[in-house]
Amino acid sequence: MTRRRFQPVNRRRPRSPGLSRRRLSAWLEQHRESALESLWRMLRQPLATLMTVAAVAIALALPTALVVVLDNLRTLGGDWQRSAAVSVFLAQDLDEAEGARLRERIAQRPEVATVALISRAEGLAEFRAYSGLGGALDQLNENPLPVVLELQLHPSALEPTHLTPFLATIEALPEVAFLREDAQWAQRFQAILGLLRAGVALLALLLGLGVLLVIGNTIRLEIENRRDEIHIMSLVGATNSFARRRFLYSGAWYGLLGGLLAWLLVTLMVWLLADQAASLANLYHRSFALQGLGVADVATLFAGSALLGILGSWIAVGRHLGLSDDI
Amino acid sequence: MIRFEHVNKRYPQRGEALKDLSLELAAGEMAFLTGHSGAGKSTLLKLIGLIERPSRGRILVDGRSLGDLPRRRIPYHRRGIGMIFQDHRLLNDRTVSENVALPLVVAGMARREVGRRVRAALDQVGLLALERAQPIALSAGEQQRVGIARAVVARPPIILADEPTGNLDPDLSSEIYALFERFHEVGVTLLIATHDQERVSRMAYRILRLHQGRLVADSGNW
Ligand SMILES: Nc1ncnc2c1ncn2[C@@H]1O[C@H](COP(=O)(O)OP(=O)(O)O)[C@@H](O)[C@H]1O
Ligand SMILES: [Mg+2]
Repeated sequence: MTRRRFQPVNRRRPRSPGLSRRRLSAWLEQHRESALESLWRMLRQPLATLMTVAAVAIALALPTALVVVLDNLRTLGGDWQRSAAVSVFLAQDLDEAEGARLRERIAQRPEVATVALISRAEGLAEFRAYSGLGGALDQLNENPLPVVLELQLHPSALEPTHLTPFLATIEALPEVAFLREDAQWAQRFQAILGLLRAGVALLALLLGLGVLLVIGNTIRLEIENRRDEIHIMSLVGATNSFARRRFLYSGAWYGLLGGLLAWLLVTLMVWLLADQAASLANLYHRSFALQGLGVADVATLFAGSALLGILGSWIAVGRHLGLSDDI
Repeated sequence: MIRFEHVNKRYPQRGEALKDLSLELAAGEMAFLTGHSGAGKSTLLKLIGLIERPSRGRILVDGRSLGDLPRRRIPYHRRGIGMIFQDHRLLNDRTVSENVALPLVVAGMARREVGRRVRAALDQVGLLALERAQPIALSAGEQQRVGIARAVVARPPIILADEPTGNLDPDLSSEIYALFERFHEVGVTLLIATHDQERVSRMAYRILRLHQGRLVADSGNW
């Protein structure tokens, strides 16, 4: 009769290259099993899972939506800045031919990208279309609007040290009545945008903390509900990390699914608002398409949400799993 | 295989459950642990599985002192011991085969190998047909046999059973004891706690008798 030696399964043996590769694949398989087991367990309680996932999703969707809004505002602001225009209103008594000669001269300047001439008739038509004062204009028997040159400046010319002397030169020309510039507004807009970004970051931090608490609490309840199982697993030789791992995967799933739902919510929002944004932009003569989340943003959202989930369950596991080897 | 040297176990506020207990169980030996309720049988088994720690004295399993075992090695120690409980401790939200698979799953065994071993273990206890059943749907005798399949599935060299037939009628008990004898035949070391004094005296195995935490009789190793 052969006597069995005391040789429990999975006892550590000396390392050798072939063995460690096998151990790596066994390790991967164990992780895959734990991950699937956790997911399966969540799907078997769809309602409870959905509640947690929805809470996580809403908390994540809010800052994500704000990031989308800010990104779009920045694009818009960038457009404005790039197209920072200076409108040069010519003297009332100048006609289009004189305006065209001035346009040639101004176009020579290195600061200027393009110059467009808006004739008095075009100016009137535009004013009629957008001011809603068409009727009042009909009362006038003479067109009161001057010829206007619209300058698009090179971005390099927008530095204040450059811009100010340039504008002074233009304004000093005898043909010019006055200038109106948009550049300063674009700069202020950028500053406001920076402030908003800081606000969104702070909000994201707070809501991220909320996600941590929601997931942490869910995992805590799960641990309470599965005390028996944890105990029995320990009796048949589960290591602490084995018990911990399943809850960490649960947390990761809650986070990831929440991130996924948040992404769907934000995408839906963009889709619903796209038309409105386009018609709004139309009012300002701009072609503008509302941008959704970029690939990098989505990747950040998913990675961040999964990480929050792991962190939340890590905290719960640390506080409540109460793994001691002497049960 | 299992050796107790002057072991004391004191539970806080409950006094001493085991007093100056020394005994040795050879590899491949099968023995019964008897005594009244409260005599310390469960405590003795828990000490071997490191579910409890002794207050004094030394316990050796396979020549290694359990006191020297670092905490993180305890799960590996337990994988070498199959434990059977009176209330069988099955998970009711899992099937019979998932319950039996547990020791292999926690040890990280590959899925295919797990399935093979689980079926072998269920076959040994005669429950292969109930593979997919829920434990709650089984009779008490069947549930206990599932517990036994779980204890032996990893083929541990030691099996500890704590009143495994406490809830069973005599016929079912006989089946269970027949199973233990089969494990004994293939060289497993078995220690079975029971208060069924009459039955164990009919079977020709070593009997260790506890009374109020002391070893009062040992029919010897023959
Ligand atoms: N976890 C515990 N905490 C406190 N006292 C305990 C505990 N377990 C057992 N005891 C006490 O130790 C003594 C022996 O108990 P036990 O080992 O369960 O005996 P048996 O299994 O022979 O009935 C009893 O007096 C019991 O009350
Ligand atoms: Mg007992």
